[in-house]
Amino acid sequence: MRYLLRRGAWTVAALLGVSVLIFGLVRLLPGTIVDILAGTEGRLGPEQRAAVLHQFGLDRPLPVQYGLWLWNLMHGNLGWSFRTQQPVGELIASRLPITIELAVLTIAAVAAIGIPLGILASVTPSLRVKAVAQIVGLLGLSVPNFWTAVMLIILASYAFHWLPALIFIPPWVAPWTNAQQMLLPVLSLALGLAAVVVRMTRSSMLEVLGQEYVKVARAKGLRGATVLFRHALRNALIPIITVLGLQSGFLLGGVVITEQIFGLPGLGWMLLNGVYQRDYPVVQGTVMLFAVTFAAVNLAVDLLYTSLDPRIRFE
Amino acid sequence: MSERAGGAEAGPLPGAAFAPAAGWRPPVSPRSALRAGRLARRNPTAVAGAAIIALTVFIALAAPLLSRYDPVSQIAQPLLAPGGRYPLGTDELGRDELSRLFFGTRVSLYVGGLAVVIALVFGASSGIAAGFYGGRLDNIAMRVMDVLFSMPALVLAITLTSILGPSLTNAMIAIGIVYAPTFARVARGPTLSIVGQPYIEAARAIGASNAVIMARHVLPNVSAPLLVQTTVSLSTAILTEAALSFLGLGTQPPTASWGLMLSTARQYMLIDPWIAVLPGIAIAVTVLGFNLLGDGLRDVLDPRIRTL
Repeated sequence: MRYLLRRGAWTVAALLGVSVLIFGLVRLLPGTIVDILAGTEGRLGPEQRAAVLHQFGLDRPLPVQYGLWLWNLMHGNLGWSFRTQQPVGELIASRLPITIELAVLTIAAVAAIGIPLGILASVTPSLRVKAVAQIVGLLGLSVPNFWTAVMLIILASYAFHWLPALIFIPPWVAPWTNAQQMLLPVLSLALGLAAVVVRMTRSSMLEVLGQEYVKVARAKGLRGATVLFRHALRNALIPIITVLGLQSGFLLGGVVITEQIFGLPGLGWMLLNGVYQRDYPVVQGTVMLFAVTFAAVNLAVDLLYTSLDPRIRFE
Repeated sequence: MSERAGGAEAGPLPGAAFAPAAGWRPPVSPRSALRAGRLARRNPTAVAGAAIIALTVFIALAAPLLSRYDPVSQIAQPLLAPGGRYPLGTDELGRDELSRLFFGTRVSLYVGGLAVVIALVFGASSGIAAGFYGGRLDNIAMRVMDVLFSMPALVLAITLTSILGPSLTNAMIAIGIVYAPTFARVARGPTLSIVGQPYIEAARAIGASNAVIMARHVLPNVSAPLLVQTTVSLSTAILTEAALSFLGLGTQPPTASWGLMLSTARQYMLIDPWIAVLPGIAIAVTVLGFNLLGDGLRDVLDPRIRTL
């Protein structure tokens, strides 16, 4: 419990640091909103310029701006988009389901592909399989996911004469169309990560399968499957979960590119457009959310250890 | 990228995650570095990786000699299929694809390499200093790293390049900043355990300054994990450069960069898949080379971690 509190406090402190960093960085963005507006709406006089700055609160001292931003952030107010004047919170809320769907489906696919193949690779103790598992794992780390995405699109159109609809349809409108649309993005993200999980599962299972208690379980006549799943897999899961947790950073970064390629208007898409259009509040809000998610996943992975292995106690 | 996160809160095993690396002893002395060289020869993974890297470095250096055409001049019909005068065809502007791939090698290795050098120099020196001096400096350094580690690598890189402005140099700086904390962590752990060693005390007793101790006595002992980290980071740095260029935040046209080539190819991929397929293969092979070498080196130099 004390560990949990300390760990939580560090996470909050790190996120506060992230908020300072993001705030500071975004203020360094070349060109202010005034220049962007002036670019689109003709030249502004000095008074108008001051008025625009005042309207967005950009004329106050930086610490005050930061304080206000943080205060509002705590109260769920992420500011308003410079571009569309919509509240950033609302924008995020409307985009979030898409990204969550993408991420959850990807993790499910990674586990569904990676863990069974890894187990399979661990029970056939041939050197060739070991080599293949190692190379497949490394390939997964080496092939850029945006290239996988492009290859999948080409494959779908040449081999199956099929392309998903370009405009995003939410699952509650047309579940089947949505599933078709999600197939390629999810695969493009999952294949690389699954390869890493295959590798980790195999090595972790091999280590566990060599343990005494597995021999004991076999010796007392338990079925092979029971030994494999109840005794071995459960103990092998910790490193696998760790790897999955660590890959979540990879996944969050990959989401940004994948959404761009497949035109899924999720958080990553929102972040990139915020960057392209220098929409500070949008960039701040989305990057902050990415950081919070990343921190939460890492915290969750830590907590999972204790439930998977009660012997692990955090002092 | 996983390697960057790998330095974060959790190590490969939960036991390692919550104990500081205090009990850890540096595995490599100068003599065992020699032995490592011999072991590496017996390590086919590392050798395969080294061979791929040697090939890419050769292509990068010899790009002007190997290329039959100028990579940025529009010399032929656009989107020609491979074969004939243009071995791998031409791109959407009628530029020779093979020459562009050759010159793209330069960009990848140059940006990836310098970014890792930036990360290594800043990360390792601050990590060693933090571990060596301890106290408040160590605390501040670790907290700064915590902050940088709290953001997914690519998201941080995107934010940084968008602030610095999209260009090849800025992508390099951004990637360097993103990966510096990893090196700091990798250098700090062993430094902490070295500081208490008798030979450090001995060096101090004969009047060596802190700078000399850090450079002559600490650095050689943390060089093995740093070497592994450098190799692995090269692979992720090249991938990140490709991703940034793909998003339009890295290399700018008309310079030939694999990520950028892949990005423009997207519009034509259904007419001419070749220009989308080839740059990806180039990226994957190069990155695989560094991953193989990193894996092999880790097996040899870092006995704590067995990959398979």
